[in-house]
Formats: sequence, structure tokens, C-alpha cells
Amino acid sequence: MVTIQNLHKKFGQNKVLSGLNLDIKEGGIFAVLGPNGSGKTTLIKAILGMVIPDKGTIHLFEKNIKNQSAYRNNIDYLPQIANFPSNLKVKELIKMIKDLRGRAANDNQLIKQFKLEPYLDKKLGNLSGGTKQKVNIVLTFMFNSPLIILDEPTSGLDPISLLRLKDLIQTEKANGKTILITSHIMSFVEEVSDEIVFLLEGQIYFKGTINELKTKTNQPNFEHAIASILTENHA
Amino acid sequence: MLKILKYSFYDLMRSRWNYVYFVFYFLLGMVLLFLNNDISKAVITLMNIIIVLVPLIGTIFGVMYYYNSKEFTELLLAQPLKRSSIFLGQYLGVALSLSMSLILGLGIPFLFYGLFKSNAIWNFSLLIITGSFLTFIFTALAFNIALSNENKIKGFGYAILVWLLLAIIYDGVFLMSLILFEDYPLDKFSLIGTMLNPIDLSRTLILLKLDISALLGYTGAVFKQFFGTNFGLMVSFIMLTFWVIFPVFRMVYKSKRKDF
Repeated sequence: MVTIQNLHKKFGQNKVLSGLNLDIKEGGIFAVLGPNGSGKTTLIKAILGMVIPDKGTIHLFEKNIKNQSAYRNNIDYLPQIANFPSNLKVKELIKMIKDLRGRAANDNQLIKQFKLEPYLDKKLGNLSGGTKQKVNIVLTFMFNSPLIILDEPTSGLDPISLLRLKDLIQTEKANGKTILITSHIMSFVEEVSDEIVFLLEGQIYFKGTINELKTKTNQPNFEHAIASILTENHA
Repeated sequence: MLKILKYSFYDLMRSRWNYVYFVFYFLLGMVLLFLNNDISKAVITLMNIIIVLVPLIGTIFGVMYYYNSKEFTELLLAQPLKRSSIFLGQYLGVALSLSMSLILGLGIPFLFYGLFKSNAIWNFSLLIITGSFLTFIFTALAFNIALSNENKIKGFGYAILVWLLLAIIYDGVFLMSLILFEDYPLDKFSLIGTMLNPIDLSRTLILLKLDISALLGYTGAVFKQFFGTNFGLMVSFIMLTFWVIFPVFRMVYKSKRKDF
């Protein structure tokens, strides 16, 4: 589904991705992990075509995405920081995105699920961070696309919404979708993901299941396994 | 692109600034008409203001809109939309709404004053057309500057600098060079020099149409010979169009290579 070959990206002097290769099969939940500045967001933005790689190719659904835009119809993306035009109302934003995609969406059900009805007529600039994130989630999940990319989906969510989000992710997985997640919350990653992709210094350091990671690092639990990778490589 | 244009346009129509701009021109038109009591004279005064102010507003507004709508742009970039249509749509949204404020703001008072009955209608149309051209040119330049500069303060600085350069400094340098080389024939040089700056070009175009070129002496006669004819008018409009197209092309080119 996603095939990335020899991806390079530099921002000025700062090498973020250096020869990254990644192959993600269809179906399942993949967590992209790595320390700060390891290139997680850059990788995701490269898949979305928001960051243009210096070298290397990205194939999605067996097609090279270079200079393409229509393929994004098959991707739902949850950005890391929910920055929306602040003078738009929630209702208007949802309507606008639906209009831009030109597709049917199950927004009503999601609005109910995340209890957003009282906020529909409020301007996005007046919402709290957590509520904005809920709007963000509704916008992401309302289309039925085969690939879902979530960049730090848990930020700002209250415990109930977090539970609902986990349910949502599992339902989508059951529907046979491919879900890419980045997160700093290890317990969340451990709970939801089938496979993890660990980025280090712009390359894939490890790809496999959590159990494989535990055996590889000789650590009894996931958090320690991650920590041991980091100390081995930085200490 | 039309969808983006629609949303940018609505967004701007709801913002206070467009109305401030509209009311400003409306009041300006009213005051000038009542003070001058004559449409032709009001057009000349207006020209002097428009030639300087329209580029300034276009530049500032363009840069401001780009930086303010960063979030909106990022939202759009994740949607199945072409980059060129995102930026062209936003650009046209800004340029069209500014032009509309200008056209309506000046048009309404002049209409009420009896524009259609006066013979100044062509001069007035020329003023409005060049004003719109200047809006499109300077908004495009502003988008270029904003696209090339991540830093807001730098972007604003460069934008003001470009306006200052084209509206004031260019004239100064131009005049100095005319004085410095006054022993040589300068008709061609000054003609080309005028053509290369959209603000000068618009000013000359309107001045010569207003039949006050006699004030300009010999150079005025040369200019009149060129700009006064249909050929000159055509060349001038082609130049103005080029001034729109070139920055727009660069904007599309830049936007395709930018990381967000």
C-alpha cells in the first residue's frame, strides 16, 4: 500500500530523512515512533505531499505520488496541531471540507459520538484545545478512505474521548483499513498498534511487532525496550 | 480552483478590512466630488491618490492574508487539491475582493454624481481599470514575497520595501538619471523606463488621457505621441498584463516546490 524508497530530506543544514526505506502492507495499525526530531512528521508530510523530498520515491496504491494530488482522496489525515481558520464556525468548516472533497460523509454520527452538537455554531477560534481536537477527529474520520494517518491523535483529549477514539480506530481496523499513527504516549501505542516502525536519525531502525522489539532488546516491557534503543544509540 | 476562490472570497467578504477599504474609497470619492465640483478634476486628484495607495493596500493586504490564512492553507494541502489551484484561488480571492471594494467604493459616488452624463466616463473607466490592474499586480507580488519568506516580519519588511521601491525610489532614480544624462536624447530611455514600472506606467497612461500632457513640455509630446495612440495604449496594457502574469507564474512555481 505504501512503498517508500531511499527517501532523503534536508531542511537547510538539518538532515531529517537520510535514505529511508519503508514498506507498509494493507490493513492493520502501524505506529511510527522515534525521538523528537527523528523525522516522524516529515515522513508523514512527505506521504501527504506537503513536504517535497530531495531524493527518493513514494508509491501509494502502486502509484508514484510525485506532483499528484488526486491520490489524497484515499487518505484521511489528522494533523498534529489542530489549527483551523479561526473565524469559521464548526458547522461551516465541516461543510466546506465535504464540499471540497465532493464526497458523502458520516459526519452526523461522529458529531453525536463526540458530543459536539453544542459547539456546531461556535467559531473555531473560541474552542478549547481538546474540543478542537475532537473537531479534527470528526473531519478525519468522516470520509471512508482506505488509508488513515494520525499525527499525535491523543493530544488534549479527555479520558472519555480517548476511549471513543480507541474504539473508532479499532472499528476502522476491523473494516480493513490501514492506519498510520505517531504518538509519544507509549501505553497508547502499545494498546492499539499491531506493528511499530522506529525512526532514528532519519532511517528505519526497527520494524516489527512489539514482541519482536522486546526480544531484540531483551527488555520485559515496551517502554523499557524503547528506552534501551535510545540509550544504546545516544549514551 | 473555483471552490477555493469561493471560500477565500467569502472569508474576505466577512472580514472587517474589506469594508473599511470600501468605505474609505466611498468617502474619498464623495469628498473629492464635492470639493472639486467637477468630475474631471476629481478624477485627476483621485489618480494621484490611487496610484500610490492601491499598490500599498494590495501589498500589505496580500502579505497579511497569506500569513493569516496559513492554517487554512495547511488544511487545504492535505485535501485532494492541486497546489496551483489552492494558491491561485486564494490570490484571486484577495485580488478580486480588493478590486471590488475599489470599483464599488469609487463607482457609487461617481454614478450618483452623474458620471454617465459627463464626458469624463472614459477617463474614469481608465482610472478604475488601471487601479484594478495595480491591485492584481501588487497582490501577486505580495504573495510571492510571503511564499518566499517564512518569517512574517521579514515578509512584511520586503513587501513594504518593494512598494517603496516602485512607488517612490524608482521615480527618484529615474529623475536623477534624466538630469544626469540631460545632454543626450532621452525620449526612448524615459519611455522604456516608464514602461518597466507598473506605477509609473499607470500614472503616465492616465495623465496623457486627461489631456494635460501639454504641461509636460517636449517629453510630454513624445509621450503623447506614444501613449496617446491606440498602439501605445495597447502596449501599455500588454505591459500591465505581463506584470500580472509574471508574478503569478512565479507564485505557482514557488508554491509547487515549497515544504509546509
